[in-house]
Amino acid sequence: MFQKQGFLMDQVDVCVIGAGHAGCEAALACARLGLETVIFTVSVDSIALMPCNPNVGGSSKGHLVREVDALGGEMGKNIDKTFIQSKMLNVSKGPAVHSLRAQADKADYSRSMRGVLERQEHLTVKQAEVTDLLWEESEKDSIKKIKGVKTFTGAVYECRAVVLCTGTYLRARCLCGESITYTGPNGLQAANHLTDSLKDMGIELRRFKTGTPARMERKSLDFSKMEEQLGDERIVPFSFSTDPDTIQKEQVSCYLTYTNEKTHEIIRANLDRSPIYAGIIEGTGPRYCPSIEDKVVKFADKERHQVFIEPEGLHTDEMYVGGMSSSLPEDVQLAMYRTVPGLEHCKIVRNAYAIEYDCIDATQLYPTLEFKKVSGLFAGGQFNGSSGYEEAAAQGLVAGINAAMWILGKEPLVLDRSEAYIGVLIDDLVTKENFEPYRMMTSRAEYRLLLRQDNADLRLREKGFHIGLVSEEEYEAVLKKKSLIEQEIRRLKSVTVGASEKYQVFLEKYGSSPLKTGSSLAELMCRPELDYKKLGEIDPERKELPEDVIDQVEIEIKYEGYIERQLRQVEQFKKMEKKKIPVDIDYDAVPSLRIEARQKLKNLRPVSVGQASRISGVSPADISVLLVYLEHRKEKI
Amino acid sequence: MNTDTIAAIATALSHSGIGIIRISGAEAVDVADRIYRDKKGFQAMRSMKSHTIHYGFIVDEKGETIDEVMVSYMKGPKSFTAEDTVEINCHGGILVLNRILELAIKNGARLAEPGEFTKRAFLNGRIDLSEAEAVMDVIRAENDMALKSSVSQLKGAVSSRIRKLREKIIYEIAFIESALDDPEHISLDGYREHLGEILEKLLRETDALLSGADDGRILKEGIRTVIVGKPNAGKSSFLNLLLGKDKAIVTDIAGTTRDILEEHILFKGIDLKLIDTAGIRSTEDIVEKIGVEKTREYARNADLILFMADSSVPLDENDEEIIKLTSSKKCIVLLNKTDLEPVVTEDMILKAFLSQDRKDLKIIRISAKESTGMEEFEKALQEMFFRGEISFENEVYITNLRHKEALQDARDSLLMVEKSLKEDLPEDFYSIDLMGAYASLGRIIGEEVSDDLIEEIFSKFCMGK
Repeated sequence: MFQKQGFLMDQVDVCVIGAGHAGCEAALACARLGLETVIFTVSVDSIALMPCNPNVGGSSKGHLVREVDALGGEMGKNIDKTFIQSKMLNVSKGPAVHSLRAQADKADYSRSMRGVLERQEHLTVKQAEVTDLLWEESEKDSIKKIKGVKTFTGAVYECRAVVLCTGTYLRARCLCGESITYTGPNGLQAANHLTDSLKDMGIELRRFKTGTPARMERKSLDFSKMEEQLGDERIVPFSFSTDPDTIQKEQVSCYLTYTNEKTHEIIRANLDRSPIYAGIIEGTGPRYCPSIEDKVVKFADKERHQVFIEPEGLHTDEMYVGGMSSSLPEDVQLAMYRTVPGLEHCKIVRNAYAIEYDCIDATQLYPTLEFKKVSGLFAGGQFNGSSGYEEAAAQGLVAGINAAMWILGKEPLVLDRSEAYIGVLIDDLVTKENFEPYRMMTSRAEYRLLLRQDNADLRLREKGFHIGLVSEEEYEAVLKKKSLIEQEIRRLKSVTVGASEKYQVFLEKYGSSPLKTGSSLAELMCRPELDYKKLGEIDPERKELPEDVIDQVEIEIKYEGYIERQLRQVEQFKKMEKKKIPVDIDYDAVPSLRIEARQKLKNLRPVSVGQASRISGVSPADISVLLVYLEHRKEKI
Repeated sequence: MNTDTIAAIATALSHSGIGIIRISGAEAVDVADRIYRDKKGFQAMRSMKSHTIHYGFIVDEKGETIDEVMVSYMKGPKSFTAEDTVEINCHGGILVLNRILELAIKNGARLAEPGEFTKRAFLNGRIDLSEAEAVMDVIRAENDMALKSSVSQLKGAVSSRIRKLREKIIYEIAFIESALDDPEHISLDGYREHLGEILEKLLRETDALLSGADDGRILKEGIRTVIVGKPNAGKSSFLNLLLGKDKAIVTDIAGTTRDILEEHILFKGIDLKLIDTAGIRSTEDIVEKIGVEKTREYARNADLILFMADSSVPLDENDEEIIKLTSSKKCIVLLNKTDLEPVVTEDMILKAFLSQDRKDLKIIRISAKESTGMEEFEKALQEMFFRGEISFENEVYITNLRHKEALQDARDSLLMVEKSLKEDLPEDFYSIDLMGAYASLGRIIGEEVSDDLIEEIFSKFCMGK
């Protein structure tokens, strides 16, 4: 039974609320799997909008994009079409932390994604503010069932599943010093009604905040006082489906400059006018992208902070001032920015501001991103308490896939912590208490040697194929790659070289100690001073192999010891993940659990013993007890 | 069965002369085979039939015999845990049991978690379902006990050293990680050299802790040994002799030791928590009276009482009072001041103890002043200890073994970092093993890793856009 009256507009399979990076992936996934899907946005001009930084990827975020791509998502393909500079970060470090980041032409990115949505079969784009969710109570238990959505104008869309991707729009307000506007990012209309409907359903909401720096007029800046930051010479695409040769192009530069003592003085003198320090902002902000006020206060001993000046696109003069997000009043902003070398005469196009919004504590969700209390209701993106375009896209994709799987009656997609950064991201969100917008970080991934950006296709293409988002052609390409890698590794391990003159000369040339006995080529490759390419000189039987295959061969051989250690840890980890906890478990009936653990388990209702073990306040002893109980219960049934 | 192999001491040590070490799991026989030799000195585990028991020896890596033992082998599923199980029956004595257990661990077994044998027995269907609740209680209790002792038995100074060590490690990890996450803001230039130096210090500190663990110095408790006797019987002099330094105040004036002195020492391989007490005599001096009361309390809680008798003056009612304190306690009588004209004989002591119906009261003649009789004392102490007559909760030793294992793990992880540094591996590899060391050290003080790293990164390093 519907809670409110309206007129029936349409009957579809899936409604996606919000067309940001999460919503786009969710809607595309559902539509591509053949489900009739509507995607709602407060403004069709803001589809896949990048309201903050003008780039995609970066440390560990680049991994997410790669994984989204491997599963059949759109973000990687879209940035490959619209980037204006590209850089592989951390190349001097290990392969696990290499991370791709591209500067986007923001308008182009948005336009391109809009085109993809519009051309997608089974997908309807609708400009409307969804104000109500429609649901019915279940007869047998307390779990509600989603029935549809209603828009501000009373249009009802009946559907089987809803994916919430409201980003930062729910009851949003923007703060710039003493000035407060009740809008979403970029002055866009906020969504002020949906919160009540969510609360009616028993969903608990919280308030988070984030911020963005000013945009400046390019011609007002003096780049001669800054360091130019170039893109890579050879551009690596994000998508495994993009041919690298097709995207080599001229790139634009970013620029680096620094704050100084003068900047900090101005900030300190005006802290009382900052909404955060004056206590006007109630939401919790992220520590990893602190405002410049935060940096100056918390790291008082730092003499300067980096400022990256990044173009917002090719067809605009606006420049993004990375590193200096702020909610100080406009006059203070201008004074503070003008102390920075190169910014002395800057003109601000858009002021920096902080934004506050409603979101949820994602522990209300299953790892499938479905609400525990409402069947058919899924959520992804910043609404789940995360931050960042890439984190949003990753969750949107998973939420969309699982909404589809749910409707189609198929196995849901749940990636665990050993399979993908996406798995780490979602597990953290749905398991741990999270007090600030969650950002992906490489240090959060305990098996990161296995979760490299270079092998995301090897890890996830197969899953994407079985779900139905990866084409047969794409899947076969990865199978071929896999077999080439395996063959080559086997060959390098079996080909041995002796201590003869020819090889000793080779080794000497590269400052490598001479051989006393025979050694396989793989063993030689493990030496820090040698690599696959150099070994070509003494490896005449070698076949011509694609670059990406060689990379895998090299990584797997060179870091074999470490990789094997992590694989062993993963084995242990998987044991606990595989032990599922029945949904109807009564924790009060489990003897010997400590009270705190009992409460946490009752609230969170983890799906596996592995997940239970990651809940803070649940000790190893509680886990032991739980295991014994589950075994006991199994026997009884 | 797809489980790893675990080992632990399966018997309570306090009352028994014989102790059993149980090894259970797929590799139980392999582990035992590496440390057990039959009477001819051969490896004989593999030819052993299930459910038979054999005489032989446990030998260490150098081939030295640690103890003569009886070893039994029970092939799974016909064993307590339903896994392949080897049980080593040895002469008990905590030290010996402990060494054998350590040897088993060095040779491929893992120290069993609290309640793990019971858990395995249950999970493998060996324990009736109706007992499930009891099983869970056992696991709970053993875990709580282990955790409690793990933390509480650690000396305060040691746990603060471990905390400091962990702080240093997490700082380095956070630095590396923040640079990986934000390479444009935080640079790792020149970091290798810096880490090399830090690592050297970390290793030195870990080594120091390990050598402390080797002789039990990291634990608070030993065998509570209380020295009692009337004033000026020579208790403090004797304590000093054991300690090898002038700690207690020694004068000829009766009643000088008014406070209770505590010292923890490793005496010939035995962990003693020595408590020197005020002399007992009827007294009106308030301060001294408090001391006397305390003495009585300590005596009540003692594992072993050393009764110091002054052989140069006749036994009096004070001695009688003290002898009363020793009833139902293990006791060694030290007949001190043999350098002086003896007034008290051994027979007189025996007579004084008559009411306690002791079978073989140990009386040792010593002179604390001239350091004589110490060898006899040492022998008596060791005999009592290895016969299991004196002991304390075995949990202490197990705890120590856990600590040692964790310290060793931490050290191994640090050595891996050193190796990665030498091999010039990229920085992200260092943090993997630094994290391993951090987690291992955390096990000692009962702290989990959880989100420490993220907290550290945000609190110490300025990240981001």
